[in-house]
Amino acid sequence: MKLKLTAALCLVAFAAAAHADTELVIATVNNGHMVTMEKMGKFFEKDNPGIKLKWVTLEEGTLRQRVTTDIATKGGQFDVMTIGMYETPIWGKKGWLAEIKPDAKYDIDDMLPAMRQGLSVNGKLYAAPFYGESSMLMYRSDLVEKAGLKMPANPTWTQIRDIAAKINDPAKGVYGICLRGKPGWGDNMAFLTTLVNSYGGQWFDMKWKPQLTTKPWKDAITFYVDLLKKYGPPGSSANSFNEILALYNEGKCGMWVDATIAASFITDPKQSKVADKVAFAPAPVQVTAKGSNWLWAWALAVPASSTKQEAAEKFIRWATSKDYINLVGREVGWGNVPTGTRKSTYANADFLKAAKFADAEKAAIISANPKDSTLPKSPYVGVQFASIPEFQAIGIATGQQMSAALAGKVSVDKALELSQQAADREMKKAGYYK
Amino acid sequence: MDKTLLWVRTGAAWLVALLIFFPILWLGMTAFKTELQAISVPPKFFFTPTLENFIEVQSRSDYLLYAKNSLITSVASTLLGLLIAAPAAYSMAFFQTRRTKDLLVWMLSTKMMPAVGVLIPVYVVYQQFQLLDTRLGLTIIFTMSNLPIMVWMLYSYFKDIPREILEAARMDGATLYDEFRHVILPLGIGGLASTALLCLVLSWNESFWSLNLSSAKAGTLATLIASYSSPEGLFWAKLSAASLMAIAPIIVFGWFCQKQLVQGLTFGAVK
Repeated sequence: MKLKLTAALCLVAFAAAAHADTELVIATVNNGHMVTMEKMGKFFEKDNPGIKLKWVTLEEGTLRQRVTTDIATKGGQFDVMTIGMYETPIWGKKGWLAEIKPDAKYDIDDMLPAMRQGLSVNGKLYAAPFYGESSMLMYRSDLVEKAGLKMPANPTWTQIRDIAAKINDPAKGVYGICLRGKPGWGDNMAFLTTLVNSYGGQWFDMKWKPQLTTKPWKDAITFYVDLLKKYGPPGSSANSFNEILALYNEGKCGMWVDATIAASFITDPKQSKVADKVAFAPAPVQVTAKGSNWLWAWALAVPASSTKQEAAEKFIRWATSKDYINLVGREVGWGNVPTGTRKSTYANADFLKAAKFADAEKAAIISANPKDSTLPKSPYVGVQFASIPEFQAIGIATGQQMSAALAGKVSVDKALELSQQAADREMKKAGYYK
Repeated sequence: MDKTLLWVRTGAAWLVALLIFFPILWLGMTAFKTELQAISVPPKFFFTPTLENFIEVQSRSDYLLYAKNSLITSVASTLLGLLIAAPAAYSMAFFQTRRTKDLLVWMLSTKMMPAVGVLIPVYVVYQQFQLLDTRLGLTIIFTMSNLPIMVWMLYSYFKDIPREILEAARMDGATLYDEFRHVILPLGIGGLASTALLCLVLSWNESFWSLNLSSAKAGTLATLIASYSSPEGLFWAKLSAASLMAIAPIIVFGWFCQKQLVQGLTFGAVK
């Protein structure tokens, strides 16, 4: 009798274990597209009854710190991580990420080549792009027209300065141009790197020597500081994406060069007072068009330490598929679909009708090439960053100096000199040269 | 002259109180605004309030799970802390050695080290002991973080209890346990309550370890707030609503216990 009872209990326990749900812990960053993904998760759970999704939403900086700590210590806290184009090649090379192996249904060839390249190492895809972005010029067409001007099809920075001068009207609370000034490798340095690229500069030469005191850097930063001091809003050294978004939506910026994702916010009448007065143009160039607009993707990856890799990959294939984009289009609206990842999105009539920024965004993303983003040859991959572990520290240190120069606390020459010293110290310490 | 001085003092007190309270007031107001109203320049003081942010937070996040985690970890860490700190403070107050002062200063000095300095070792230890994303793990780390303050506070209280009472108890044949249980605890109950209240508030508001050691299951209300900050897009109104929901229980609690809290914080300040 006892034996029978034990056997029955074991059977029940085994059956329960066999039907136990696989729980996937997904770390995401808090933005509109990710929140939508969380809401759409119920459809994935419905189609995959054995998998339950648990979401951990964090602020970008905290997310980066959390997932880096976890993956470096093989903590195994997350099964799916949201990471960027900067981390993916570095972590992929270290063997910290599981390779994403798409099936035929996934249609990998539909993925925008720039995205696929930026998230691959030696031809292996280590993260699937969830949404991508580049940078472009967003401007108030009404102000430009009123000033009797016409935005060139491919503006140069000199032309942008002239337009900024004409539409700048601080008495009426309108500033010629708004640009990032808040220190951070993902804040002011993302923009400034594209500006320096367009002036013919680069972070490192082929021997990995920092190039921050070269002429292109001096010209670009001097131009930037001068431009914002004359035609930018007060306190620009504290402004990043959200601060400028708030100013732009209030109608206080004549022009803004920033992430293409901004287009969906500033053309939304619920958020913006100038939604019907916005037009787009490519990011300005100067000496060269190379690297003048950045390329970024928030991508989904599976850490090698996850014990649920199969289920995690299944989820990623779903969340980054064409079907998912169609699902969001149907359920939430075509203006809210994650963009910048697939060619088919930009061929979709519903999307093109809903998003007036679609063509400009697609052109910006396609034109960015992270493997060839500087006029002189560079040893690194990345448009607005160099995809090496040391870059974060160098970018932060340089960003602080650039912000100080913008605030007038230090001269441009001194700021670049101090940044060069910091970069040189970091590269020597890492053993790139003696 | 005296009356003028009184008015000035009262005015100054109100001004300081308003300055301190203003961020909370602004948080409360922003929680009831739309995202566009929340970022408007100049700031809006008069607007039609909306509950949409609270509805959004409630629909996106499991508020009760976070609140339950906050409650369990802060109460448990306070109880565990008292269990360790009370005997330690008793020993240091009544059986002093040459090293007692050094020990107390050393304990306090551990609070001076930034927590991030020990993040990786703690993370690895927690991973090895499977304490990551558990309420037990957070309870332990909260206890450890609060212990120096708890020991110091209780030490200050116990020091004020006349030694003669203890000697009288010993004369009557009280054992160490009796002494602690029947003399120290009843006399030091005010100190114990103040210490417990303060630690409860500190644990409730703790964010660094909560953010770094929890993920899907053990996250506290501090992690709920953090999840509403966004690098791209407007978020202030929703963040304010989440913050208000997170701090509301502890504000109400603090309101009722403010007398004990102030007593605890200022104890020994005028010795």
